[in-house]
Amino acid sequence: MSIRFDSVTVAYDGNVVLDSLDLTVAPGEVMALLGPSGSGKTTALRAVAGFVRPASGRVLLGGRDVTDLPPHRRGIGMVVQQYALFPHLRVEDNVAFGLRARRTPRAEIRERVAEALEMTGMAAYARRYPRELSGGQQQRVAIARALAVRPAVLLLDEPLSALDARLRSGMLAELARLHRELPDVSILYVTHDQMEALTLADRIAVMDKARLRACGTPRELYRAPADEFTASFVGNANLLPVTVTASGAALGDARLTVDTAGAAAGARATLCVRPHLVGLGDGPNRLTGTVREIQWRGSTHRLHVDVAGHAVMADLPELRDPPAHGAEIALHFAPEDAVLLAAGVSGDER
Amino acid sequence: MLVHSRGARWAVWAVFLVLFLPLFALPLLVVLGASFATHWSGVLPSGLTTGNYRAATRGEALQALTTSLVTALTASLLALAAGTWAALAAAALRKRQRRVMDALFVLPVAVPSVVVGLSVLVAFSKPPLLLNGTSSIVIVAHTVLVTAFAHQSVSAAIVRLDPAYEQAAASLGARPAYVLWRVRLPLLLPSLTAAAGLCFALSMGELSATMMLYPPDWTPLPVLVFAATDRGALFAGSAVAVVLMATTLLVLLAVSRVRTRASYR
Repeated sequence: MSIRFDSVTVAYDGNVVLDSLDLTVAPGEVMALLGPSGSGKTTALRAVAGFVRPASGRVLLGGRDVTDLPPHRRGIGMVVQQYALFPHLRVEDNVAFGLRARRTPRAEIRERVAEALEMTGMAAYARRYPRELSGGQQQRVAIARALAVRPAVLLLDEPLSALDARLRSGMLAELARLHRELPDVSILYVTHDQMEALTLADRIAVMDKARLRACGTPRELYRAPADEFTASFVGNANLLPVTVTASGAALGDARLTVDTAGAAAGARATLCVRPHLVGLGDGPNRLTGTVREIQWRGSTHRLHVDVAGHAVMADLPELRDPPAHGAEIALHFAPEDAVLLAAGVSGDER
Repeated sequence: MLVHSRGARWAVWAVFLVLFLPLFALPLLVVLGASFATHWSGVLPSGLTTGNYRAATRGEALQALTTSLVTALTASLLALAAGTWAALAAAALRKRQRRVMDALFVLPVAVPSVVVGLSVLVAFSKPPLLLNGTSSIVIVAHTVLVTAFAHQSVSAAIVRLDPAYEQAAASLGARPAYVLWRVRLPLLLPSLTAAAGLCFALSMGELSATMMLYPPDWTPLPVLVFAATDRGALFAGSAVAVVLMATTLLVLLAVSRVRTRASYR
């Protein structure tokens, strides 16, 4: 079922927390709402669930206007950060809750509870109470509980942020598998973690300060971000202030060859280069600078280099012979790996 | 531990015992001693007997015990129902309306219980609601007096209740009534039983409003204790008082067992 935000605005006491959001999630699509805290992403999700009422605008599920429907009549599944498993009910009763509330026949409840627990790998824990489970297990039960009612729309609000890093990447794979098994379920996935969004989402909606900044496939947003905020929030980015020239851009004395995409010569712009696309040594688009910091990260070296007063990060495959601190080195990047962002469009007051 | 050195810990215990024993324990121990006595002229009671208890557990006293139990149970259940209902309703109100509601429910505590007794007497002494002379008027007065405590402890628990639970329930398709019975009330159960215990204990010991209202055939135990001491039968009165104390403690113990079974975390 599709989810559509039609200029949805939410305000608390005159304080706008979501500013006329227009967004459509296609049936079966995984849409990540990515943004820092206070960006309005959770508010957007809660507007779909029915826990906040938009000041204006409509929320549509499968083409049906649900703006005025109470939460229990929207037919959604939801998993929140702290899981909110009912502490007084066993795992199986937690999972059966939605089905009992809908007066599903008893035999069918048993069947669907077993199926949901099987799907999330929690069948062995059916008789336990939530307090007897680990964080990751509680998470699975929360997902099983949401899936048992067979929702057409699944809302996930930071579902992995209470887990430690290793469990998180495991659960991420599980969520991807679940979505492959349930290809018709649309998923709205709220997160502040770019890795989760890049890994799981078909499309990412980047949000900042109550507004939608950009929306596109992870690859689009990563390869060709529309603005500085998106560039720095989706992956790491070197953002360099440049002046557009006839054949590319100028950073101080350095003449760089990049696609100007029709920007007028002489205009100010920001050049975005991903750190892992920066190479060491001579090559096209050569930059020279002083090594300020060398971080060894096991499989990579991260260099912080001062290029004419601008900090440039380079992530290089582990170097046999890393440059010394304070050394003068040359860096380069391929013209097609850089994106020119119009300055002042965004990233303004940050 | 707040106090680290061994000596200091002993000192703190000593201070505690010096303050606690005379204030709380000794009066109760004296009543216990007196309940077994026929005379008390020296340091310790004398003429030990169980006769006081024989009198305190039959006839008039037994009747009064039943009266007290029925009154306290009925009043605390009524108070719990009314207080919980009001607290749940207040939770959905705006801040200012909620404050008005809280103030209304605190009123019977703020007003001296003699005044509550008098007003109940005046209010229910004329038709159409003629309760004067019946057992109901005692139960009504007790309910009015203890509802405040039920309301207060339940509303405190409601404030602490994480809204995530009811929202999760609603998102699963549960109607508000279903959420109330299957999620909110079960989660509130520990506070509900605590409130019930408090109401019961308060009602068991209520004297001042009861004195103005009780009909001859509905004499609660505290009235009997008062009457006995009033006519100088201190030792007989002490035995009745111990019975009152023991019964109340027993019921509170039972309630607290329910409570430990009901607390999930």
